[in-house]
Amino acid sequence: MSRNGPLALLFHALVMLFMLAPIVIVCVVAFTPEGFLSLPTNGLSLRWFKAIAGYPEFVSAFRDSLWLAALSSVIAVGVSVPAALAVARHRFPGREAVSAFILSPLMIPHVVLGVAFLRFFTQIGVGGSMVSLVLAHVVIVLPFAFRLTLSTATGLDRSLEQAAVSLGASGATLFRRVTLPLILPGVVSGLVLAFINSFDEVTMTVFIAAPGATTLPVRMFLYIQDNIDPLVTSVSAVVIALTVVVMALIEKLFGLERLLAGEGGGRS
Amino acid sequence: MSALADTAPRRAGMPGWLAPALMLLPAMLLVVGVVLVPLALTALLSFHSFSSSTGISAGYALENWAEIAGDPYYAEMFLRTFRIAGVVTLACCLIGAPEAYIIHRMRAPWKGIFLVVTLGPLLISVVARTLGWALLFGGRNGVVNKALMDLGILSQPIPFMFTEGGVMVALTHVMVPFMVLSVWAVLQRLDPRAENAAASLGASQFTVLTRIVLPQVMPGILSGAIIVFALSASAFATPAIIGGRRLKVAATLAYDEFLNTLNWPLGAAVALLLLVAIAAIVIGCNALVERHYSKVFQ
Repeated sequence: MSRNGPLALLFHALVMLFMLAPIVIVCVVAFTPEGFLSLPTNGLSLRWFKAIAGYPEFVSAFRDSLWLAALSSVIAVGVSVPAALAVARHRFPGREAVSAFILSPLMIPHVVLGVAFLRFFTQIGVGGSMVSLVLAHVVIVLPFAFRLTLSTATGLDRSLEQAAVSLGASGATLFRRVTLPLILPGVVSGLVLAFINSFDEVTMTVFIAAPGATTLPVRMFLYIQDNIDPLVTSVSAVVIALTVVVMALIEKLFGLERLLAGEGGGRS
Repeated sequence: MSALADTAPRRAGMPGWLAPALMLLPAMLLVVGVVLVPLALTALLSFHSFSSSTGISAGYALENWAEIAGDPYYAEMFLRTFRIAGVVTLACCLIGAPEAYIIHRMRAPWKGIFLVVTLGPLLISVVARTLGWALLFGGRNGVVNKALMDLGILSQPIPFMFTEGGVMVALTHVMVPFMVLSVWAVLQRLDPRAENAAASLGASQFTVLTRIVLPQVMPGILSGAIIVFALSASAFATPAIIGGRRLKVAATLAYDEFLNTLNWPLGAAVALLLLVAIAAIVIGCNALVERHYSKVFQ
């Protein structure tokens, strides 16, 4: 098999530099001992990481983001599993259309959803609440959970379930003991992808977040719009570090590329 | 017929359509209630008129649409939005497609490592990644600008913040992983024997690349380009941070109308126009691609 030539490797090195430079620089600048943005040339300092504790709005936004991502991904999976099973194993007219319809939130730009949600939630009187954030996040992560669950449910071998039925299993037992374990890989990767997409979402959330119910990316975005200082850099560095840990776990458990195959677009 | 093809266990006394209907109900209700209805209401909202003293009026008018059609400000802004998206799409093709191929040809440990390094940024918050670009090139204190000026290579910082070029570079960084992902999917199905056969028949590296690999990878590049274009044209956080208030694109303009000017009807009209424009371009490109490839594979 042919290898990459020197030109190809040079190109590769430049692309890697391009991809990593902005991420690495955030993590490096976060360690500055100075009071302004600069490379830590006079030694490393944790002062800006310690400073995060003095800004409870970042800490509470982080906690809210975790809750929001957990709730919305669990609800999205809970709704997706029966829907994906219905599409995968029942033959009914309009099956493809139903599937495309559940995936459709993926096709709508998040800024358009943000505009639509702001108006809608204000009109029905839940504007600026955690309820509106959860509802909005459930529908934007629903396609990820649905798509990954559907892809495992479609290729499912039915003989195991038929064996279980012939042995007298039915209803809840059949689902809990046979069907669910079989589709579990798709369900879990759907859950992970849904969680990450909810946690990172900023474009749609910035429209409907309120001081009492906001997320970490929105808080960071609004802060950066006012001014860029080492504090927001250290918050970003923490987010990057946590993401890298999650990424390493995903790579070990599923393979990052297989999980991201369910992404296929829909985020900005 | 449909009953025969149905593979689900059936309970006695229950009509066949009832079980799947009940299973689909929650998901369908969510998409109808939380996506379709709000979008329809937004379409209605764009036909209300607005004044800063009385707010949103009850009657319907074409005022907002007329303003968008008549004021060259909006034409310029939409042109800028799609110019940025076009350049970013082209840059992603030129960077992402070769990079995916180079990684594809690597040996075992490196292949996996560099794939993760390339795709990993997809999972990192867009806000944190865009902040990185602001740190590198943001005015006189930007790390790269400062280093180049200290070395005497530059007398002025490279203009980056609040420029279209800056938005394009930062957005390209956000979008490249989508292109790599799309091309990678196609590369996995590539048969290496075709390349080997061509090489053994005396084809040069360049010929193998342009005559064997590129035509097979093209569908991946095109579908990646469509995804990247749609996401870039509607991108918000990156143009908002790098472009600021001075360099508006459709998404940041809609945000300003909603949260600063409070002219919701106009903001709704801008957002809807963006949705329709992107949908038209994506559907058009999809149709073109499909027509072309149905001819090729006949």
